Amino acid sequence: MTADLGMPDLRTGVESVPTLAEGAAPQTAKEFSSDQEVRWCPGCGDYAVLKAVQSFLPDLGLRRENITFISGIGCSSRFPYYLDTYGMHSIHGRAPSIATGLATAREDLSVWVVTGDGDALSIGGNHLIHALRRNVNMTILLFNNRIYGLTKGQYSPTSEAGKITKSTPMGSVDHPFNPVSLALGAEATFVARTIDSDRKHLTAVLSAAAAHRGTSLVEIYQNCPIFNDGAFDAIKGNDTKAEAIIPLVHGEPIRFGNPGPDSTDGQGVKGVVRDTATGGVKVVDVADVGVDALLVHDAHAEDPSTAFAISRLTANDYLHQAPIGIFRQVVRSTYDDQARAQIDAAQRAVDGDPTDRLAALVNGGDTWTVV
Amino acid sequence: MSKQVKQLDRVIIRFAGDSGDGMQLTGDRFTQESAAFGNDLVTLPNFPAEIRAPQGTIPGVSSFQVHFADHDILTAGDSPDVLVAMNPAALKANVGDLAPGAAIILDTHDFTKRNLDKAGYDVNPLDTLGDAGDPLGAFTVHPVDLTGMTVEAVKQYGLSRKDAARAKNMFALGLLSWMYGRPTEGTEAFLSRRFAKVPDIRDANLTAFKTGWNYGETTETFVVQYEVKPAQMPPGTYRNITGNLALAYGLIAGGVRSGLPVFLGSYPITPASDILHELSKHKAFGVTTFQAEDEIAGVGSAIGASFGGALGVTTTSGPGIALKSEAIGLAVMTELPLVVVDVQRGGPSTGLPTKTEQADLMQAMYGRNGEAPVPIVAPQSPGDCFAAAVEAVRIAVTYRTPVMLLSDGYLANGSEPWRIPDVATGSDDLPVIDPAFATEPNHEKADGSKDYWPYLRDEETLARPWAVPGTPGLEHRIGGLEKGEGHGNISYDPANHDLMVRTRQAKVDRIAESLPPLEVEDPSGRAKVLVIGWGSTYGPIGAGCRRVRKAGYDVAQVHLRHLNPFPKDLGDILRRYDRVLVPEMNLGQLSTLLRATYLVDAQGYNQVRGLPLKAAELAEAIGHLVAEAEGIDVDLTVPTDSPTDSPTDTSTTTGATS
Repeated sequence: MTADLGMPDLRTGVESVPTLAEGAAPQTAKEFSSDQEVRWCPGCGDYAVLKAVQSFLPDLGLRRENITFISGIGCSSRFPYYLDTYGMHSIHGRAPSIATGLATAREDLSVWVVTGDGDALSIGGNHLIHALRRNVNMTILLFNNRIYGLTKGQYSPTSEAGKITKSTPMGSVDHPFNPVSLALGAEATFVARTIDSDRKHLTAVLSAAAAHRGTSLVEIYQNCPIFNDGAFDAIKGNDTKAEAIIPLVHGEPIRFGNPGPDSTDGQGVKGVVRDTATGGVKVVDVADVGVDALLVHDAHAEDPSTAFAISRLTANDYLHQAPIGIFRQVVRSTYDDQARAQIDAAQRAVDGDPTDRLAALVNGGDTWTVV
Repeated sequence: MSKQVKQLDRVIIRFAGDSGDGMQLTGDRFTQESAAFGNDLVTLPNFPAEIRAPQGTIPGVSSFQVHFADHDILTAGDSPDVLVAMNPAALKANVGDLAPGAAIILDTHDFTKRNLDKAGYDVNPLDTLGDAGDPLGAFTVHPVDLTGMTVEAVKQYGLSRKDAARAKNMFALGLLSWMYGRPTEGTEAFLSRRFAKVPDIRDANLTAFKTGWNYGETTETFVVQYEVKPAQMPPGTYRNITGNLALAYGLIAGGVRSGLPVFLGSYPITPASDILHELSKHKAFGVTTFQAEDEIAGVGSAIGASFGGALGVTTTSGPGIALKSEAIGLAVMTELPLVVVDVQRGGPSTGLPTKTEQADLMQAMYGRNGEAPVPIVAPQSPGDCFAAAVEAVRIAVTYRTPVMLLSDGYLANGSEPWRIPDVATGSDDLPVIDPAFATEPNHEKADGSKDYWPYLRDEETLARPWAVPGTPGLEHRIGGLEKGEGHGNISYDPANHDLMVRTRQAKVDRIAESLPPLEVEDPSGRAKVLVIGWGSTYGPIGAGCRRVRKAGYDVAQVHLRHLNPFPKDLGDILRRYDRVLVPEMNLGQLSTLLRATYLVDAQGYNQVRGLPLKAAELAEAIGHLVAEAEGIDVDLTVPTDSPTDSPTDTSTTTGATS
């Protein structure tokens, strides 16, 4: 048996959150910085993300007290301590579950989850996939450095096979997760990937993620200079990144690589087309297929198959190739909106003071009176 | 023909059949009829963990025992006076519990070769009735073709034979309802409601029920009708209620009383799921129920909701508590209100999912890493689950702490008449629960400006302030890392950690200041033996003590609602008696705590059979201790015409004055 749930009004991710009064002075990054000393290792990619978030949050125009950051355990999970918002540094892997309760109980909050590859994909994998399928209104920032940092250098669920670490002296025999593929398989409605050092791209993706109503998953490639330095050199290096990054822009043909010697438009020589043999997608030389044959990125497609196929272009071993951008951005009712709508409907259907209704409840059923 | 009517003061009936035979429903209806009639009663459902265990086998037997009386009773009774057995397996599984002289009503239809084989009977016991060496010789056996008569009676509705036969439980209920003069209107209305959409099934069940009644009235098999008069109960309005329902109502009441919306994060588990089911019906009270992906997410979401200013609740059984332990520790550290309901079942591991036990006390007390004190509250009877739940909410909200509410499988599914409390605002039946959210900065900085310190405590309760997101100016961060006293920022300072560990403990200890004195039942005031218990053993302990007193001996009883912290007067009370007996459905968990805390020689009386303790056996154990303490011979044999389960002229005294 199923019930018609109706469709609550679809809104942006922050529409139900109180904004600053009209004419109020704009907020600053400094207001969002707490008085606590930041204690990541020098050169850690987390600094760049923190700066970007502190600078970006004022752009939302939300009341600072209505913003909450929930994290799990790991280096990146110290994030909430450095933001002057409400926050909770919780336990390993459980941040999505805590955020689910908070977001469902409080429509008026902007809820952010900060997690890492070990926290979200290993110990907390179950909570991540269920948050994504439920589509609770929150934004999950998944810092992926492909290593365990806080426990000092064991391989993570995103480390490449064969990786030599403290716990795998002969090389890891674990096959890694691709977080974007996983999220798409878990029915996520917003899935994006960005890079810690690309402030502009990072901010653009955060902005889209915050605007999305539902669970937004943002994978952030983040360098760990101590235990996995150089993991992202190919996609960060000025000489290599054009060949390594496959930029995804909704409505644009997917094209990358260095321009050819005869290029007049500066566009790369490589592109992505459908692979009719496998049903997936593949990288080709544009010259071989012509510009019109290139796949035009459609992040709003209901069917996640193409987005999934694009996610498979991510290198599994050393990260020499990775699509970057918003893979998927579709509209679906959120768990928390619907749960609140059911409560609203039930409350509208009854009259009277809760105490009177409680008296009626406990006095329900077959009763008898002894005098 | 005219039938004889015989007066009884109490009767114990057990309905037993295959798990698909509808024995739980039959027992529940008989209970509702008895409640409506005004008897006092206690019930004991007992069913397999499998939804449909192999038909006709002993593991597949499901039973429901109801004890009803014309006076105040405390237990579901040790041995049934009447057994209704729907097949050979039901007979075999239950006959051992019967006292000589008990009546057995058998459905002869199901005593086939196949069923007898499945139950392990080489010889059909029906064939040897009355013979020398009849294994049922000690009982009065009534062989009745319940199924055959049911099928015949409902023929007119054109049901399949299988569907027709399924109404046999209503035939049995009708027969028993006649035997004990139960009112039938409630069951007729219930069946009409339940099967409103399937008129043929409805009419077949109603017909089977009425035919069963008429069969009792007209047949010569049954010549005696019994009468158990209504019980004298304290004035009030009553209803029959199970522990899980009362507990769910208590959580709703805690929400209404505190003004907090209830948020339940839960994962289905036997025997706690009915609380989730019940609360999911009460959205009009602002109750949110979140069926989480696992036990950890259940408690995690509740903690998140509490952080947001809701009343976070999670419900589970022992295995679920094991999974939630780390998160409960987070709630200890972050000092957020949280109610953790553990409906205990047989353990360890998956254990006995549908059977009762109280072996999670140590898990509740100590089952976390670090020094992580959690207050523990336990209900003592099904109806008491309401008040215990409200008390758990009071402590959680007032002291900003997770609270363990330890129910058990017997309380969860058992039922009793419940005097409905007055829930009106200002009524003394419910405590005041004030969340007292923080709204203003509470600390002055060196420069004279103000800020908010999340760990600046209330002097009386040692509770920290509760500032919820959305409150301007009180933005702060909490988490699982050790907090600096007052300001709440991360602190690795050794002295601070020592202080915080002691402070968290002191806060829980401080709860004892808010507890009333214990009620010690010591009618003569001369007892040398004290029996102390907690949770659902209240009934058997009370009944055991009554038996001992009835036989002319002195014994005192005290029952704990609060297991952590213990009430302040408990130590004095324990030291007042020469012998202390601690009956528990575990291997001695409360007795260990009492011995460790008070250095008293508390002795255990321990059974872990998945069933409530038996009052008669417990009375013997108490008797032995009385004999030892007073240097006398103790003989508990009492005249058979006096109801052994009845109260003596009890006068209740409080620990402060006696």
